[in-house]
Amino acid sequence: MLDRSRMAVHARNGLLSAAAMACFLAGAAQADPKEPIKIGIISEESAIPGAGISKGARLAVDAINAAGGIDGRKLEIVQYDDHSQAADAVRAFQRAVSQDKVVAVIGTYISEIALALQPWAARSHVPFITTGAASNEISKHIHDDYDKNKYTFHEFMASRFIADSVCDSIKQALQPHYSIKTAVVFSEDAAWTAPLDAEYLECLPKIGVKVLDHVRFSADTGDFTPLFNKIEGQKPDVIVTGISHVGVQPTVQWAQQQVPVPMMGYSGQATSGTFWNDTNGAAAGIVTFSVAAAGAELTAKTQPFVNDYIKHFGDAPVLTGFTTYDAVFVLAEAIKRAGSTDADQLVAALEKTDYVGTVGRVQFYGRNNDFTHAMKYGPEFVTGTMLQWQNGKQVILWPRAASQTKIGFPAFTHLQRP
Amino acid sequence: MLTVQILIDGFAISALYGLGAVGFTLMFGVCGVLNLAHGATMVVAAVTAWVVAGQYAANPWVAAVAGTAAGVLTAFATYFLVVRPIQRSSSVPAAEREIFVLTGTLLWGVMIQEAVAYFYTDNPKTVRPLIAGVMQIGGVRTPINELVIAVICWAVIGLLWLLVNRSKAGKVLLAASINPRALSILGFELSRVYLLVWTIYGVLAGIAGVLLATFLGASSAQSSQLTASAFSIVVLGGLGSVYGSLLAAYAVGYLETLTAYLISPTYRTVPALVLLVLVVYVRPHGLLGRR
Repeated sequence: MLDRSRMAVHARNGLLSAAAMACFLAGAAQADPKEPIKIGIISEESAIPGAGISKGARLAVDAINAAGGIDGRKLEIVQYDDHSQAADAVRAFQRAVSQDKVVAVIGTYISEIALALQPWAARSHVPFITTGAASNEISKHIHDDYDKNKYTFHEFMASRFIADSVCDSIKQALQPHYSIKTAVVFSEDAAWTAPLDAEYLECLPKIGVKVLDHVRFSADTGDFTPLFNKIEGQKPDVIVTGISHVGVQPTVQWAQQQVPVPMMGYSGQATSGTFWNDTNGAAAGIVTFSVAAAGAELTAKTQPFVNDYIKHFGDAPVLTGFTTYDAVFVLAEAIKRAGSTDADQLVAALEKTDYVGTVGRVQFYGRNNDFTHAMKYGPEFVTGTMLQWQNGKQVILWPRAASQTKIGFPAFTHLQRP
Repeated sequence: MLTVQILIDGFAISALYGLGAVGFTLMFGVCGVLNLAHGATMVVAAVTAWVVAGQYAANPWVAAVAGTAAGVLTAFATYFLVVRPIQRSSSVPAAEREIFVLTGTLLWGVMIQEAVAYFYTDNPKTVRPLIAGVMQIGGVRTPINELVIAVICWAVIGLLWLLVNRSKAGKVLLAASINPRALSILGFELSRVYLLVWTIYGVLAGIAGVLLATFLGASSAQSSQLTASAFSIVVLGGLGSVYGSLLAAYAVGYLETLTAYLISPTYRTVPALVLLVLVVYVRPHGLLGRR
C-alpha cells in the first residue's frame, strides 16, 4: 500500500506526464513550418472530366510551389481514384482525413458523389470543394443546414446557372442569326439534370422558345435512334441538351443519321479538347456551354492556363481543369488569409473569397442565399461560355465572340434564318 | 413508317448481336470454354480501330482490319495466358477446371477493361462509318452504314457456315464439339483444333467490336455489358448451338428495338431479360440447345 506522500509524488508525476503529452500533442497539431500542406484530390482518372480535375490541380500546385508555396510551406497533392463510384469516393475521403491528414479535399464531377461526400465533410470538419458537380442540391443542403454542411463549397456552376447561361447565350448569340422558336429538351437522367431541366423549362419560354417536349433518357442508353426519331417527328427548331455522362454516342449517331435538328445546350464531353477526335469529326456544328474554354478570354488568366495545360498534357483542358486550377488557388489564398489550416477558420476565409481566376471572378453566395457556397453567376462574376465545334476547333460564340467568328451548322440541319 | 424503321434498325442490331454471339457459342460448343473476357475483346478491337483511324489517319477499312487483328491477338492472349495454363494445371482439380476458366477469363476481362480505360479513358470511341451517308428505304432515312453492318455480319456468318460444313477443318470442329475424346483417339491434335477455334473466335469478336464502334460506339465501361449480352443470347439460343444463337440474337434484337421505339429506350433490355428468365424456366437447354 502506498503512503500519502508517495501517492502525491505519483499524482504529480502523472500530471506532469499528462501535461508533457498534452504539450507534445499540441506541438504535433501545430504544423511544422516546413511540413507540406496536403490537399486530397478525388476523381476518376480514366474519365476525361476526372483527369481534368487532377491535371488542373497539379498545374496549380506546381505554380504555387514555384512561387514559394504558402508562407514557405509547399502544397502537396494526395490523389485518389474513385472509379466514379460513391463508395470508393467515401473511402478515399475517410482515408484522406484520417490517414493522410489532408487539410481539404477537392474533387468529383459527379453530383451523386459530391452529395455522398458532403456528409463526410460535415462529420470530419474538412473543407470539401467540388469542381465539377452541378446539382443545385449541393448548395441547397448547405443553405438548409449551414452549421452542419458549411464545409462544402461548390466551385462549379450550379445546374440552374448552367441553364440560365444556355438561355442567355441562345438569346444573345444565336437568335439574332437564326429563327429559334421551338425546342425539345433532351437530357440524361441524373441528379444534376433535374434542376437543369426545371430551369430550361422556365428560361426557354422567357426567350421566346416554346418547349415542345422534354425527353429524359437513361445514361446507359447506347442507341439514340428511337429518341432522335421521336424528336424529329415533333419538328423543333433545336434540341437543347443536358448531357455529360453520354456525349460521344448521341453526337455520332446524330451526325450519321443526319438528324435535321441542331443540338445546342450543355454537352459535358463536348467541352473536352479531344471531342473532335473521339467523334471522328461528327461534332461539327455542336454547340455547348462550358465554364471556360480555349480561346475564351474570360480573364487575363484563361489563355495562359490553356497554353500551360497544352504544354504539359498535350490536349486543351476540359472544363473541370479550369475550375480545379482556380479552386487550388482559392484554397491557397484562404489558407494564407486564415493564417491556419484549421477547418472553421478556413471555411470563414473561403467565404470571403474574391479571386479572379481562369473562369471569371470567383465569389461564393452567402449563408442567406438559396445557393449558399455556390459560385456567383452573372456578368460580374462567372457566366460560362458558349462554344461551337468547327473544323476540329472549339470556336467561342458567347459571351465575347471574335469579330470574324461565323456560326454554322451542318448542311443536313434545317435551321432557318430569322 | 415506324414499322419500317423498327424492321431496319432491328435487323442491323440483331445481325451485330448474332455475329458477337456466334463466336462465343462456338467457343463453348467446341472447347467448353465460356469466355467472360468476350466484351473486353470486342472493346480492344473497337479502340484499336479508333486509334489507327485517328492517330495514324488510316482509312476506315484499314482501321477495321487493324481492329480485327487486335481482336485475334486478344483472343490468343486469353487462350495462352489464361485458359490453357488453367486447363493444363495439375493443381486445378479436373472437376473444377471449368469454374477456374470462368473465373480466370472474368478477371482477365476486368484487367483488359481497366488497361483500356487507363490508356484511352472510358469515354466511348467511335470509328468513322465504312460507307458514310444516308439513303431512303420505305420513306425512312437510314444510314448506309447500318446496311453495310448487316451485310458484313451475314457475309461473315455465311463464311463461317461454309467453313464448318464444307471444309475438312470444319468437320473436325464439329467432331470436336460432339466427341473430343474420339477425335483424339483418331489421331487429331486437340490443341490445334482449339487454336483454330480461338482464331475464328478472335476474328468474329474483332469484326463485331469494330462494327459496333462504327454504329453505336464502344467504351471500356461497356465490356461487362457486352459479355452479358452475348451470354444471354447464347443461353437463350441454347449453349453451343450456332443456329440457336442466331435465332436468339434476332429475338433479342427485335424485342429490344420494339421496346425502345414503342415504350422507351430506358427499358430496352428489360423484356429480353424477362424472356431469358422464362426460357430458363420452361426450356433450360434454350431454344435450340442440345442438352
